[in-house]
Amino acid sequence: MIGLPHYLAVAAILFTIGVFGIFVNRKNIIIILMSIELILLSVNINFVAFSAYLNDISGQIMAMFILTVAAAEAAIGLAILVTFFRNRGNIAVDDASMMKG
Amino acid sequence: MIQAIAFYLLATVSVVSALLVVTAKNPVHSVLWLITTFFSAAGLFVMLGAEFLAMLLVVVYVGAVAVLFLFVVMMLDVDFVQLREGYAKYFPLAAIVGLILLAEMIVVAVAAAQGGAARGAELIPATDVSNVEAIGRVLYTEYVYIFQAAGLVLLVAMIGAIVLTLRYKPNIKRQDIGRQVNRRQSDAYANVQAESGKGVTLEDLK
Repeated sequence: MIGLPHYLAVAAILFTIGVFGIFVNRKNIIIILMSIELILLSVNINFVAFSAYLNDISGQIMAMFILTVAAAEAAIGLAILVTFFRNRGNIAVDDASMMKG
Repeated sequence: MIQAIAFYLLATVSVVSALLVVTAKNPVHSVLWLITTFFSAAGLFVMLGAEFLAMLLVVVYVGAVAVLFLFVVMMLDVDFVQLREGYAKYFPLAAIVGLILLAEMIVVAVAAAQGGAARGAELIPATDVSNVEAIGRVLYTEYVYIFQAAGLVLLVAMIGAIVLTLRYKPNIKRQDIGRQVNRRQSDAYANVQAESGKGVTLEDLK
């Protein structure tokens, strides 16, 4: 029988994959942004699983707001990325430390 | 039984495709695997009885965010091979950190589900109120201020994205509506007596 721990385990695995992705793709900011989306998705799964098993709808409301913030974050992140690419010609983030002050 | 099969199928697909998101060589493939991950996560949401959020996930992520990523990946002319440098170097550290995180979180999750706050929680079958109605009842009453704040967040994100990517080019012709409206008929043309056989030059008109 599928219980709450199963869903929490899936969320934990997705979160870990997100953190792993940030670590191994240090230079590619597009993959880093996608990893952040994965992390936020795992948080959403946690919220919805607890909401379903505790019979409290507010978890799903919170998941909705996380979805909103994630969409906003993706839009701003990609806009910064496009501006950065226009100025520097590539998107290697370890060069971003050249932006001093 | 069919529930268990569905859960394990969706969970396996989402985990495997999430792994492929972070390991794929081509970022376009990464985006496509990201779409697969979100799709199977939406399936998990449906199994939990959160149909509205599942649809929202499909519309917002698959429909908007993933397409935004695809646009940017295809628009930027970037050498992605060069960006993969150091992948092997960081892999052991990332694997160690990931495994520690995973072990800790699963222990905490199982503890919370078996002996903690959510002890003995059961999946409550759907009541007479549908999921959408249940959300609608509280979203515009209890959570109305947070709802408005979420709208503000989206507005700020929209303005921010426009401001960041808008480029002002000084040397191109633009429509100046103020000038258009303020223009008088007398500025627009002049009536000159053209001498026969000579025509009119621009200097005569001024």
